[in-house]
Amino acid sequence: MTNLIIGLGVVLILVILYLIFRVSSLVGLARTRPVTTEARVDSSNKVNAALFLGFTIVSLVAFFWYSFAYFEDYNLPVASVHGAWTDTLFWITMAVTVAAFSIISVVMALFVFNYQHKEGRKAKFYPDNHYLELAWTIIPAIVLAILIFTGLRAWNDITSPASADAEVIEVIGQQFAWTARYPGNRDNTLGSYNYKLIDAVNEFGLDLSDKNSFDDFKSLELHIPKDKEVLIKIRAKDVLHSMYIPHFRVKMDAVPGMPTQFKFVANKTTEEMRDELNNPTFNYELACAEVCGQAHFSMKMIVVVEEPEAYEKWKQGQEAWLKQNPDYLKKVPAALQDAAMIKAGMQRDPGVAVAGN
Amino acid sequence: MATTDIHVHHGVPHHDDHEHEHEHHEGNFFTTYIFSEDHKVIGKQFLITGIFWALIGGLFSILFRLQLGFPDANLEWLRPLLGGWISDQGKLDPQFYLALVTMHGTIMVFFVLTAGLSGTFANFLIPLQIGARDMASGFMNMLSYWFFFLSSVVMFTSLFLETGPASGGWTIYPPLSALPQAMSGSGLGMTLWLVSMALFIVSTLLGGINYIATIINLRTHGMSFTRLPLTIWAIFFTAIVGLLSFPVLFAAVLLLIFDRSFGTSFYLSDIYIAGEALAHSGGSPVLFQHLFWFLGHPEVYIVILPALGITSEIIATNSRKPIFGYKAMIGSLLFIAILSFVVWAHHMFVTGMNPFLGSIFMLLTLIIAVPSAVKIFNYVTTLWKGNIRFTPGMLFSIGMVSYFLTGGITGIFLGNSAIDIQLHDTYFVVAHFHLVMGSAAFFGMLAGIYHWFPKMFGRMMNAKLGYVHFWITFIGVYMVFFPLHYIGIAGFPRRYYTWTNFDTFSGFFDLNMLVSTAAIITFSAQFIFLFNFFYSMFRGPKASSNPWNSNTLEWTTPRLPQHGNWPGAIPSVYRWPYDYSKPGAKDDFIPQTIPFSETPESNLPHENDLIRLETTGTQGAIVVEKKD
Repeated sequence: MTNLIIGLGVVLILVILYLIFRVSSLVGLARTRPVTTEARVDSSNKVNAALFLGFTIVSLVAFFWYSFAYFEDYNLPVASVHGAWTDTLFWITMAVTVAAFSIISVVMALFVFNYQHKEGRKAKFYPDNHYLELAWTIIPAIVLAILIFTGLRAWNDITSPASADAEVIEVIGQQFAWTARYPGNRDNTLGSYNYKLIDAVNEFGLDLSDKNSFDDFKSLELHIPKDKEVLIKIRAKDVLHSMYIPHFRVKMDAVPGMPTQFKFVANKTTEEMRDELNNPTFNYELACAEVCGQAHFSMKMIVVVEEPEAYEKWKQGQEAWLKQNPDYLKKVPAALQDAAMIKAGMQRDPGVAVAGN
Repeated sequence: MATTDIHVHHGVPHHDDHEHEHEHHEGNFFTTYIFSEDHKVIGKQFLITGIFWALIGGLFSILFRLQLGFPDANLEWLRPLLGGWISDQGKLDPQFYLALVTMHGTIMVFFVLTAGLSGTFANFLIPLQIGARDMASGFMNMLSYWFFFLSSVVMFTSLFLETGPASGGWTIYPPLSALPQAMSGSGLGMTLWLVSMALFIVSTLLGGINYIATIINLRTHGMSFTRLPLTIWAIFFTAIVGLLSFPVLFAAVLLLIFDRSFGTSFYLSDIYIAGEALAHSGGSPVLFQHLFWFLGHPEVYIVILPALGITSEIIATNSRKPIFGYKAMIGSLLFIAILSFVVWAHHMFVTGMNPFLGSIFMLLTLIIAVPSAVKIFNYVTTLWKGNIRFTPGMLFSIGMVSYFLTGGITGIFLGNSAIDIQLHDTYFVVAHFHLVMGSAAFFGMLAGIYHWFPKMFGRMMNAKLGYVHFWITFIGVYMVFFPLHYIGIAGFPRRYYTWTNFDTFSGFFDLNMLVSTAAIITFSAQFIFLFNFFYSMFRGPKASSNPWNSNTLEWTTPRLPQHGNWPGAIPSVYRWPYDYSKPGAKDDFIPQTIPFSETPESNLPHENDLIRLETTGTQGAIVVEKKD
């Protein structure tokens, strides 16, 4: 019943609108001067010209007002070394483009308003001017060349190979979660993996015939040290994902079958950021930025930035994956069983144990 | 028939070869309106189909904007429309949300702004503006529409599948789009998407070949390339770009079909999904992205170039001035068209592609800003010292320039690979391309409809309704897309059903609500246009044959050009199309069909020299000196 009433109401409104339209167009017809007169525009021309000018002024004022008044709301704090650099580039580009945008907008609005149709005036026949055209080809080209140059320097630096002593961590994307794998406390090297070895427990597809894999451990939070270069090795198990850590200005796709990587230096610990933002519950978050399925929007991982000492301490407290899943010991080649137990921290006294066997 | 030669010069035997043909083309309803080979009817068919798709694409955006702007709202009232896609709690299904996003993109980019825009105006304008009876091949032209129609039917069908239409984003990146286990939309919905796109590509190629052939071969006497209106230049480049790039999408689609159905591994490798390791090995998802964007980037120029052409023509006409820098405008179109092929990988800076490639593509991408800037400056200079009439077409053209500026300028951020690391796949990108190519191309299309409606249907659209439509839409579009820049700078990622899982993305409820409200108002305002369009088609005041006092050739046809376009001879062309407000001229426009010999008062020195050529021409309607 309500639907019916709403429906009837809508129909009624449409009918009224139509009637208004008919009446006004008939009245307009009655008032129209004969078609032969010289007038080529009616009074609407003035209104439209004024509206353009008004719109430009109002919208530019609104743009500048919002941009300054709400700067804190949309400006995301930055917590990485290269992020500060790209942010600077961003704001330089912003200054250049907003200047160009404002000038062109205002000039266009003024032209539109100023040169609206006037009876008896003739437009200026002005088909071209090569100097003008040359000028506004060359000037943007120079400005862009500067932007390109600065951008290239930053890009090359960000994508250059990581240093040898960088902290290497693996981040794996899957529908719909992130996990991290650390190279372990003994060998500090990530063990090899093979996607065919993945099962419900061995979610990394750890290849247990590789001795570097014995001490690797898993984490559902990404812990990283402050002020130390971190190299994230990124892979995906099923479909494309994209590792996106907004505060670090870090983004890199996770591609099945093609490992990718991103290196960066975080320069504010989680605690420091909490103080800076006055938000005791603040956490860095890692999100997925490449559509990956129905729960794409929920792929979150907490990122914890710690002082290097705290980070090392946290690492020492983690158990090797193999220790958590002792069943998988039988997948380790017989000759490496003992080494595996030692590296995974499953035997307290390595020297004695080896001798006993 | 064809006894009234409206051209000033009678009795010239040339160009009459079609005259006897077209009188036999009076067909029945089916051959006239359905399986028509007449370019004007085909253009209108593309237009109507495009409008239909635009409504669906727009409606989809409203549905997902409801979710984004009012995440707590109960959408139970949409159940009659969406059925099971509304959950028991009255929420939009997250998977269907992605389907809506995907179909919105697909529909708008391909079905509305490629077929609806190019299809309409290329078909309608090419023969009329170059002075031809019809397209080079009317039959191929008809096929082009019907392949598009078939493609539309397939895509439309996919909307009603139980598993939903394709939902992996309009870019359909595999493996998500290749594996039905990854999401239900990658099942039959994706298959239909691929079939539909294959048909669509066939349609585009048939059309494109025809446009190119027609423009090169069927120009009337005197219509040299340097006398072509900019619309034709833009359509010409668009068709070439489409012809070179769409086959690449076809290849990409075909290989994806193989991967999906025949177990090949072009794009798939090392995948463990749904508890099982797949046998696919050695493929590369990034390969697909290269292939896709090799079309995908030229595609955005396929969308925008016709709009640039249309607005150049309309702005010149209504400023009553020649377009400033005609040759520079052609040059920049050409330059943009060429560069469009070598910038594709700027969509892929952070896909794991070699960073060195990133440097190259950044360089090439930012170069494209130069010809784009030239176009903006030339538009603005065309307005300078004009005598501007704000017809609805003119309003939409100025709006298009405004969007092209606002949206284009943010491309400088995104083309910079270092800055793009953060902005990639955020709402900043959404704001950028919706303004620079989505809204700008839409406005180009609307401008074209308002401007050429009198020639299409012989009647005028209501200007007042046009003004109302323009102002609501113009302001509305800015209200929708401008705030998205802020949301993007704040880092909000695209294609998120909700942001509440993240503290980082927890703000901007107000801005998102504003955007959604503006979107609903803007969408509703389009019904003003629809009413105006269909009402005026039948009841609008009858148009004169040249209501805008325009120079181009189509306005020399009768009010309702019949098959063959001109009764009698096709007029010859003697001058470029932009002789507006020429000093000394009687009126503020001189149509292309007026020889220089008739306008000694306004000729420039070098044009006086051309009079001799007119008189000694061996072909065409030249009657200044009778020789026999």
